Amino acid sequence: MAKITYLEAIYQAQAEEMERDSKVFIMGEDIRCNVFGTTTGFVERFGEERVRDTPISENGFIGAAGGAAMVGMRPIVDATISSFLFPAMDQICSIIAKSRYIYGGQAQLPLVIRSCLFYGNSNAAQHSDRPYSMFMNMPGLKIIAPSNAHDMKGLLKAAIRDNDPVMSFEDSTCWMVKSEVPDDLDFVIPLGKGEVKREGTDVTVVAIAGAVNIALKAAEKLKAEGISVEVVDPRTLVPLDRDIILRSVRKTGRAICVDPAHKTCSAASEIAATIAEEAFEALRAPVVRVTTPDTHLPFSPHIEKPLYPSIERIMDAARRLVGAPAPQPQPA
Amino acid sequence: MTAIGDNDRRIEKYRRMQRIRQFETRAETIHAAGEIPGALHTYAGMEASGVGACMALRDDDYMVGTHRSHGHPIAKGAKLRSLMAELLGKVTGICKGKGGSMHLSDFSMGSLGETSIVGSGGPVTAGAALGAKLQGLDRVALCFFGDGASSEGAIHEGMNLAAVWKLPAIFVCENNRFGMSTPTAAGVAGAHVADRAHGYGIPGIIVDGQDVDAVEAAVREAVDRARAGKGPTLIETKTYRYADHAVNMGRDLTPRGPEHDEWLARDPIVLYRARLVEDGVSGADLDAIDVQVAEEVADALNFARESAYPAFEEAFDHVFVDRLPIPDDVRAHA
Repeated sequence: MAKITYLEAIYQAQAEEMERDSKVFIMGEDIRCNVFGTTTGFVERFGEERVRDTPISENGFIGAAGGAAMVGMRPIVDATISSFLFPAMDQICSIIAKSRYIYGGQAQLPLVIRSCLFYGNSNAAQHSDRPYSMFMNMPGLKIIAPSNAHDMKGLLKAAIRDNDPVMSFEDSTCWMVKSEVPDDLDFVIPLGKGEVKREGTDVTVVAIAGAVNIALKAAEKLKAEGISVEVVDPRTLVPLDRDIILRSVRKTGRAICVDPAHKTCSAASEIAATIAEEAFEALRAPVVRVTTPDTHLPFSPHIEKPLYPSIERIMDAARRLVGAPAPQPQPA
Repeated sequence: MTAIGDNDRRIEKYRRMQRIRQFETRAETIHAAGEIPGALHTYAGMEASGVGACMALRDDDYMVGTHRSHGHPIAKGAKLRSLMAELLGKVTGICKGKGGSMHLSDFSMGSLGETSIVGSGGPVTAGAALGAKLQGLDRVALCFFGDGASSEGAIHEGMNLAAVWKLPAIFVCENNRFGMSTPTAAGVAGAHVADRAHGYGIPGIIVDGQDVDAVEAAVREAVDRARAGKGPTLIETKTYRYADHAVNMGRDLTPRGPEHDEWLARDPIVLYRARLVEDGVSGADLDAIDVQVAEEVADALNFARESAYPAFEEAFDHVFVDRLPIPDDVRAHA
């Protein structure tokens, strides 16, 4: 066990899998210069053929990953910021997601498309997207959205070893957060397995990516108010571990879905709908979503920051669901 | 190069062109009769382009094609049964009935897809060429696309990537004069698609797309260049689509000009037959090939007709490696 950051977890997962399997290679814009520290020393270690700087041509090189995968390679594409996936929607949705299906199983596309969720730091609307839920609506793409270094490493290694296309959405609010990660070279977390990050009895909070860490802080504060919160992290959005979510909601009878994505058709929406369909009889209160509203993300920090799910908004929602009043300010 | 001599090679080119023409003629007829669901995009008139290009490839070379997908696999040597069965939506189809007319892709022939999003084969081709290179294989990847696709960014991103990385790729633009109803001149700026190669510093070659020998020679030079590590080539085959964009649509969307009859007078199969006869091949031998091909097509159609439709479970297979569960409410009414 060693305590490492989320970015170091990405670096380790990539390095270990490239060391293990010569079919694994990585390409993307400006990756040799190691912008975020996830490819440190890669050119020296693996050579320029397997560590490729691409032209600024997302549809080109992401589609090329599809072609390379079809002929036996296992590409990792670093698309840097998830907003840059939009120019490549053509190749992701029409080629990568569908080729196995259209050709009746003749094609196999073992590849990983990595990108970060680059929100909350005054990057304005075109760089701040959290678009995983858009890809949840496209069959054929597995999706991971880890919330800490431990899960990041285990899930990314599983993604690289998987024989289906996997999109890895990496939350930049988690980048520098450290957690204990096993040293075992075969440490992998199976895709599609969520985890209860904190046990509780009154309210279930199902949180996505970086929102998990906010939910855990809210849970700790709510404990002081006598509200016991269970925090569930699906970790993988496709396939979604519906069982772990439903099991928790059947226990607590209340659910809050927290998601940094925009509200409409978010991962939270899918989870809320699943709870309403499958665990209606267990619910003691309506299912609530705490998400980013359906407006764009502005540059100016004072009006950007309040748009995302926060500790305070989660606490408000939890109090509302259990029928507890908000604590009154104490007199000075 | 496949292991056949020059004379056999020329006969084989004739045979494959005949196969495509007869396959398409039969498909169009049974589509009109309602036996084939969906739209049918036929390749008649363009046989020399596909066959010439594929005859310059080895069996293990890669190929990516288009929505006009029937000609490419036959040109590369695919058998007809699973192709015809696919058109009829049968489980014995090459894609198990999940692709249909726009996706007749036979991976055992080196195909990596016949993709119906125009231009989307460009990046895939570059990637396949990269994959071959990284694995130390001396295979090349060939991309068929149309004049319409030459205006799609994906084609240009694929060509740029292949050129920047000197990948073993060949881009073959089959300029059949129309992007659906739009004449090439209304959709492509500049005189020729091949001229666009200069922007990438790669050779841009124009070839008579009705002359199968000429197409093969041009593609062979590009293949040799690619295999030698000198990077990609763009080849434009000037050809002609006989049928409408898709057949049996009720009205012809293709604005035919006075050149229509000139193109019909330069039918690639008629031209090649005449050349072979002039070079001493007997007409009777060629007639015998025509009959053999007719039997192959009839056999393929019988096979397709006798095959079963896919079980409903097939709709949930191949989304991922593991088959998806069928939702109860859907199964109840399937």
